[in-house]
Amino acid sequence: MAMEEKTETTVETEAATVVRTQDVKKVYVMGEEQIHALRGVDLEVTQGEYLSIMGPSGSGKSTLFNMVGGLDKPTEGKVYIDDVDVAQLDAYELAWLRCRKIGYIFQSYNLIPVMTALENVTLPMVFAGLTSDEARDKGVELLTQVGLGERVMHKPFELSGGQQQRVAVARAFANDPAIILADEPTGNLDLNTGREIIELLRQMNTESGVTVISATHDHKMLSVSDRVVWVRDGRVDRVIDRDELKIEVGTIDGHE
Amino acid sequence: MADQHELKTQITLPLSKAVEISFNSVKIRFGRSLITVSGIVLAIAFLMSIWAGNAIVEGLISAGDPKINLVLQQKGVEIDPDSTAARQKQSKDAWLAVLSLLVCLVGIANAMLMSVTERFREIGTMKCMGALDGFIIKLFILESTFMGIAGTIIGVIVGFVLTSLLNMSSFGAIIFDHIPLSQILGDGLWAIAIGSVLSLIGGILPAYRAAKMEPVDAMSLEV
Ligand SMILES: Nc1ncnc2c1ncn2[C@@H]1O[C@H](COP(=O)(O)OP(=O)(O)OP(=O)(O)O)[C@@H](O)[C@H]1O
Ligand SMILES: [Mg+2]
Repeated sequence: MAMEEKTETTVETEAATVVRTQDVKKVYVMGEEQIHALRGVDLEVTQGEYLSIMGPSGSGKSTLFNMVGGLDKPTEGKVYIDDVDVAQLDAYELAWLRCRKIGYIFQSYNLIPVMTALENVTLPMVFAGLTSDEARDKGVELLTQVGLGERVMHKPFELSGGQQQRVAVARAFANDPAIILADEPTGNLDLNTGREIIELLRQMNTESGVTVISATHDHKMLSVSDRVVWVRDGRVDRVIDRDELKIEVGTIDGHE
Repeated sequence: MADQHELKTQITLPLSKAVEISFNSVKIRFGRSLITVSGIVLAIAFLMSIWAGNAIVEGLISAGDPKINLVLQQKGVEIDPDSTAARQKQSKDAWLAVLSLLVCLVGIANAMLMSVTERFREIGTMKCMGALDGFIIKLFILESTFMGIAGTIIGVIVGFVLTSLLNMSSFGAIIFDHIPLSQILGDGLWAIAIGSVLSLIGGILPAYRAAKMEPVDAMSLEV
């Protein structure tokens, strides 16, 4: 698989930090009112880990997702990706980062409606400079991998929500990113379809060593996570590691 | 840091790629593009028919043929350019020309604006996938140009043909003997220029605005 080719980055140690945030704050100003969506978040994400960000609605998960992904600028504080301060990047470097380093998955899929599944998946490859032929071959391969090999020519409206999200997963992996960012990838899906997407992400994570950071409400996410960060009112409330998680998951699954 | 060397800059795609993508974009939303182009066609056809109608009647008047003058008078056209009625008619024509220009302006701006604003989310998504602002703007320049040129050329032809037919039914085939071709050609070129520029501006301003935003803002932008 193409994703396994990236070996050059892991020369240092096993536990290289891919993402680090330093006292990240985000204030939305709406007229007179100031909304403190993030009130100082410090976070370190290790290469290859599967990190879930949990928290109640409005706690700032999406805001954090946007900051980490370089999709929006923090009001204060810094975001480092591979020890590079994202705020220092020029437009070309930022576009490169979004194109090659990070793959995004959104709650509402964000596929381009007029394009086929294949065209959606190959779009980031086009931006990366692949030729149409290379992109097509790789796109078909990725779609096959997510179980949509038979549906490459389908438009989003001809696909179910779960299938659309699979296309979005394939698209996120288009340029062999180091990080997959997912904002409530199962938010619009039913229980089983959601579980399938989560398992797909986990499988990609183990196979290719890609770092997965996923904001979620979904307790199904917990069992696959290496670490869970609880966000509350714009702050990191607590962080739970894998060992502790095993115990907690037991109790939560018991509830369900 | 070793990793620091890894960060590279995004490549600028060649213009041919932008042409390919934008052409495909117009093609795959064919139905939607058709509606946008129709808006442009209507606006320009209206402008052109007013201009061409005036030119045809002026051509007949300046022919100075008594037989034609008789027909003109029967149809209520004032042939003496110095009479007050003719003066009134002139100012009415000028007013109509300005009005048609305004209709054209609003029509095209509206058609283009709608076709771009409904794609803000797509612009945001493309930015997330690594599209450069300049590339997105290039795409919309090209799309607006394709649609603008196609719409205005069709509009000019439609406007001219309809007006000719209308005048032919009033005055007979004789209009073609006195048609001021060079003036109509000039009017047509003006209409094409105006329509293309308007389409371009109407398409680019919103696209530029969305392309310059942070991706999240573009994606959550509502029309
Ligand atoms: N563009 C914006 N303008 C103003 N306020 C915003 C904006 N985006 C988010 N907020 C506010 O910031 C806070 C955090 O929002 P955020 O979307 O990050 O929450 P969330 O944890 O993702 O919630 P959910 O689980 O419902 O998606 C909320 O109070 C929200 O109202
Ligand atoms: Mg959210």
